[in-house]
Amino acid sequence: MQDAVLAMLAKEPSHGYLLRERLRKALGPLGESMNAGQVYVTLTRLEKAGLVASERAEGLPDRPDRKVYALTPAGQRRVAAWLSEVSWPKPNLAEFHLKLAAAAAGRLADPVELVDAQRRELMRRLGEAQRALLAEPDGSTAGLLLEGIALRLQADLRWLEACERVWSKVENESEDT
Amino acid sequence: MNEFGAVLQVRGLCKEHGQGQGLVRAVDEIDLDVPAGQMLAVTGPSGCGKSTLLHLLGGLERPSRGEVWLAGRRIDTLNERALARLRRRSVGFVFQAFHLVEELSARENVELPVLLAGRSPRAARRRAATLLERVGLADRARHLPWELSGGQRQRVAIARAMANDPLVLLADEPTGNLDTAATLDVLRVFEELRAAGQTLVIVTHDERVAATADRVVSMRDGTCVDDTRLAAQAAGGLGDMFGLGE
Repeated sequence: MQDAVLAMLAKEPSHGYLLRERLRKALGPLGESMNAGQVYVTLTRLEKAGLVASERAEGLPDRPDRKVYALTPAGQRRVAAWLSEVSWPKPNLAEFHLKLAAAAAGRLADPVELVDAQRRELMRRLGEAQRALLAEPDGSTAGLLLEGIALRLQADLRWLEACERVWSKVENESEDT
Repeated sequence: MNEFGAVLQVRGLCKEHGQGQGLVRAVDEIDLDVPAGQMLAVTGPSGCGKSTLLHLLGGLERPSRGEVWLAGRRIDTLNERALARLRRRSVGFVFQAFHLVEELSARENVELPVLLAGRSPRAARRRAATLLERVGLADRARHLPWELSGGQRQRVAIARAMANDPLVLLADEPTGNLDTAATLDVLRVFEELRAAGQTLVIVTHDERVAATADRVVSMRDGTCVDDTRLAAQAAGGLGDMFGLGE
């Protein structure tokens, strides 16, 4: 969020509310839950860190307290670093994998039931993402974000299917012995 | 709609192939109720019996045992003639490979079932125009199937399946031959049908198709192993659910 807010400021100095509109537009349906507070809290933190500077602008009569935010040189360097950085969020598969292993080893829970519960939750999320995607017009850039989310959830669901297949056999084996 | 409150009702349904040592239970003791207006997805690995189940629901195959009721009428005991009539008028089928008549235009493909149901050419033409409009292909009405993309062909096939306003629309891997964009177009059509109250049963191995349904039934080795309702809205918005925010 901090990096995204900084990068959105790189185009030109801006009011907080304008930044929020840019973020919401880019996020599409996912931006609907974003509130103004989040942007202002982020801007305040960035200001304390010396990455943005604000100055009070000529206010309109109904909104006298408007601040315009701009990147500082340190902020510009940070944006450049963020853009050139090649990072990718890691899905935390190891944790779930270990949960299943621990549940099976300690007979704490049936791993297959844990997989089922997880699958139901992911299907529900995938349904939300798909329905939002169907409501987006063709060629919408916000639709691309939903497409990415849906593809990831689909991959996770396929992995869970493999988990279920293997763990259901592991259980049968241990019951036989 | 009937005394059961379900458009489709299935009890103790079994379908066996072969005999003796080679006996295979493609569908094994399935009970299922599909309420009016529900969009149900049936998923599972290939060979789990989901397509056979769909064929039994629509009267394309007869069960070895068990009952299938459509709108309060038992259909597995109907004679061939009554069954054929039921398939023409009360059930709409959509297949993976479209199965359009290649010599007929999009419009004529949709008109055909209306004519076979004994209605006038004029009524057929009106119905086809309405349905092609609904699936977003009004401007492709005169095209032959080979002149259309896969996604467009499947949307014509959906229009055809809806021609006689069926009690239930049954779709077998409807997006199996389609790319992502065409899949979304087909899902948009299903979504619109669902919003209009159409009952749909969709067999699919595609999680993204299944996730758009109201309810997902998972099959393994001929039986239902899971039955999940998805219609409940998530607490909080999409953004919260996918970790946006701080």
